[in-house]
Amino acid sequence: MRDVTYLRPGNVRDAVQLYRTTPGCRPLAGGTDLMVMLHAGTLRPAPRAVLDLWSLPELKGVRRANDVLEIGAAEPYTGIIGSRDAQESVPALVAAARTIGAAQIQNRGTLGGNLANASPAGDTLPVLLAYDAVVVTDRRSIPIDEFFVGYRKTALADDELITAVRLPLGRDVVFRKVGTRAAQAISKVVLAVSREPARIAIGSVAEIPLRARRAEVALERNDIAGAVAAVADDIRPIDDVRSTAAYRRQVTQNVLRELLDAFARG
Amino acid sequence: MRFTLNGAAVSLDVVGSRRLLDVLREDLGKTGTKEGCGEGECGACSVLIDGEVVDSCLVAVGQVEGRNVITVEGLAGPRGELSLLQQAFIEHGAAQCGICTPGMLLAAHVLLKKEQRPDADDVREALAGNLCRCTGYTKIIEAVLSCGT
Repeated sequence: MRDVTYLRPGNVRDAVQLYRTTPGCRPLAGGTDLMVMLHAGTLRPAPRAVLDLWSLPELKGVRRANDVLEIGAAEPYTGIIGSRDAQESVPALVAAARTIGAAQIQNRGTLGGNLANASPAGDTLPVLLAYDAVVVTDRRSIPIDEFFVGYRKTALADDELITAVRLPLGRDVVFRKVGTRAAQAISKVVLAVSREPARIAIGSVAEIPLRARRAEVALERNDIAGAVAAVADDIRPIDDVRSTAAYRRQVTQNVLRELLDAFARG
Repeated sequence: MRFTLNGAAVSLDVVGSRRLLDVLREDLGKTGTKEGCGEGECGACSVLIDGEVVDSCLVAVGQVEGRNVITVEGLAGPRGELSLLQQAFIEHGAAQCGICTPGMLLAAHVLLKKEQRPDADDVREALAGNLCRCTGYTKIIEAVLSCGT
């Protein structure tokens, strides 16, 4: 890592300029993913520079404005968990943030990092899908639905930086993560569900965090049994070190049934 | 770059992308901070930045510019007298191999700053990011609880 240049811009404008003009540059926020890969030398292509966004004031904070809650891309999960606005407006996102790692990771991990790394197991990503979040960058707004385009691939341009995430107020979303223990676990399956509009978003069951479209169509018809049956065809789980495809399919159906029953009971 | 380490000003000429963990151990001789997994799973390398517990293996040293870093060496008093929490770890037999102990102490230190009288669940949650493969945690939790006032 001694040969990786460290760049620390003072504002988003300078950051974008540096990102555009520095070959082999990778944005860095809390480092909970990137620093591991950087040290292990597993990033391809090997980065020649890191662009430190962690301290940029423009990327911090949780703000309520008009009909949305806006969360800075580099605001750590601890800030989201502690925000009264977030607790009131997007409790499912707060619940998800509380399941990420433990204090050490929550103090550093960010929504911008979770989005940019685009891991299929990213715990906040199904929640953002269920809320129909908008990813705000230095130049445009991207509906979350169009953000994940392949395994760890996003719709971001090569020199584009995430600056914030916007979430609508007043949507009822529930969240459930299944892992080996309460803390420090990478998900086997992670779900976020909204009843109205019908949104069923799932992580760790495909190459991207995905919306279960067939199950959503059934849910729109109030067909809970149909949604639970259909979700098995929506997902594409694999066997890996954390779980098996068969377990993931079964647990996805069980948890979805439980969450939808809970909605039905009010 | 400059930052404060255990209350003293530090000025260094280092590549900012290096891990804070490595700079603490190799350049600054603060070997109390241990490397366990190097992936943010085990918490052995925990340090405090501006009072918050973080894994120093995940922090680029450039990111602590102007900040206040505390390692386990910073918990003791100026003449090396152990803190109440450190003394409690000894009295309760809360350390065996000792690799996790510095991280445990720092995470527990933060908890005790926030909660003067934590219960066992508070302690378990506060230490959830610190793995111990020797003690089974019971004695560690007892040591932290004994410091509640």
